[in-house]
Amino acid sequence: MKILVCMKQVPQKDAPLKLNEAGTWIREDVSYEVNEPDAFALEEALRQKEKHTGEVVVVTAGPARASQVLREALAKGADRAIHLEDDTFVGLDAYNTARAIAAAIKDEKFDLIFTGLQSDDYGYAQTGVILAQILGLPHATIIMQVEKTDGGIRVKRELEAGFFQFVDMPLPAVLTIQSGINKLRYATLIGIKQAKMKPMRKVTMAEVQSAMGGNLQKIEKLYVPQKSKNTEFLEGTPAEVAKKLVDKLKNELRVI
Amino acid sequence: MDTILVVVEQREGKLNRVSWETITAGQAIAAQTGWTLEAAVVGSGVAAIAGEVAEKKVAKVYDIESAKLDPYTPDAFAHALQEFLEKHPAKLVLMPHTYQVRDFVPKLATALQTTAISDVIGVRYEGGKLLFTRQMFQGKFVADVSFAGSGPYFVTFQNGSFRADKVEAGAAAAPVETVNADVPDGVVRNKPQEIFKEAKQAVDLTQAEIIVSVGRGIKEQKNIELAKQLADALGGELAASRPICDNGWLPMDRQIGSSGQTVAPKLYLALGISGAIQHIVGMKGAKSIVAINKDSEAPIFEIADYAIVGNLFDIVPPLIEEVKKAKG
Repeated sequence: MKILVCMKQVPQKDAPLKLNEAGTWIREDVSYEVNEPDAFALEEALRQKEKHTGEVVVVTAGPARASQVLREALAKGADRAIHLEDDTFVGLDAYNTARAIAAAIKDEKFDLIFTGLQSDDYGYAQTGVILAQILGLPHATIIMQVEKTDGGIRVKRELEAGFFQFVDMPLPAVLTIQSGINKLRYATLIGIKQAKMKPMRKVTMAEVQSAMGGNLQKIEKLYVPQKSKNTEFLEGTPAEVAKKLVDKLKNELRVI
Repeated sequence: MDTILVVVEQREGKLNRVSWETITAGQAIAAQTGWTLEAAVVGSGVAAIAGEVAEKKVAKVYDIESAKLDPYTPDAFAHALQEFLEKHPAKLVLMPHTYQVRDFVPKLATALQTTAISDVIGVRYEGGKLLFTRQMFQGKFVADVSFAGSGPYFVTFQNGSFRADKVEAGAAAAPVETVNADVPDGVVRNKPQEIFKEAKQAVDLTQAEIIVSVGRGIKEQKNIELAKQLADALGGELAASRPICDNGWLPMDRQIGSSGQTVAPKLYLALGISGAIQHIVGMKGAKSIVAINKDSEAPIFEIADYAIVGNLFDIVPPLIEEVKKAKG
């Protein structure tokens, strides 16, 4: 099985984020990490390769800093990487991101393409499905299990409120992977060493631009949400706030 | 005049009630823009649902029918709606941001060479321009987003962003037009099996009056016991955000959020939960919310009634003692 995993670098979960001067994006001087569902997508690809042999290729679209995500993936066992490297990839809508990735892999034939189900920054939850449409491939979303069958694959889709569904599909196909589908591995020292020898192809904006267009949606303004509630902050030592809270629970919320 | 089309959601032949929220949103936008509001239901043998929707204040309801639309597949739904929208152009197409809609709308929008603004929580119409508000960076910020290009523009709304009980009834039933979708053989590539529940749910959190819920801030599995003690002291149930259940620290049936249970207890006490959108949608209906988190900018504080910024491991032990004292 030849598997492509689309990965994204996003601000770290606990990173304190600040708005830029124009109020259109965040200040970029923060710590970054791999988008969590993408890490699970990579792990699933590595497990499929271990079961069925083949190749795992990782791709990202982002600035120079995003190569860190690819290096980590190579250290965990991916075979090679593709980096669409340009600062402007950060501001693309999902349609353009998918078009850029499709253009970068046009000479390759993958059996499976994995993405995380959504990103922790934009949260579009669209890029994988759009990529499938551009490539003319069937897709399934929010996947919790992937099994190879005689005619293709059987996947387990997560539905809402604790429901699931198995879906049989032909290959090649695109799957968006849900966090928690597997247990993530750590990179080994030898893996980190080997990663340095593995190929990383850089793709410039110029190489894919003809496949792209103007963004179809635009962030006019980014801002801190207005509070819909009057939040009362309880302050003091742990003992004091514990007392204050119990007073509220008892006398105002009346739940004790 | 431009048209707004609300595509209501049906599953297994039943209307998903969240669709009323989308109709409410459509009615609000129609009132502001003066555009015509229409609705559509997609499926096989779903005329009764079209009739139900036609009782609301909409100009027309389309019942888009094909045997190939049951069971749901993204291929058939995207195909049928693409064909429909090519014949019945709409400026704006609205749907709830459900797992089913997430599964086919990006495909449909791309097939029409347009785009979807997803997981929207609010709309404004300013100077002839529609601005859609959506959360970004896991709810730490919100963005006003506009469309470029000629449309049709797709918008999906987060659960709970509009009130289902505010949907306006029509003066008379709207006309229903049946549209037979042509989904040729070969279009549908996926073969879905029956939907199922993993295990019989051991605990029904929807009935709990008090819920103590833990997130990543609990750090380690052994610390779950601390939250359990607080839940016991309060006479409540223990629940968790998704990562805790993914780690196997608590069973999946204790998960709150879009992929778990949706709850509305009297008290929701969130320990070390940052408040990602997927979690918030499962608990924002709580009568009161108390949040304890070390990060003062955690989005959970946006919806909390009482907030404590601090280390939960310092605060919870004295809290348990105080609760026990108060209960005598």
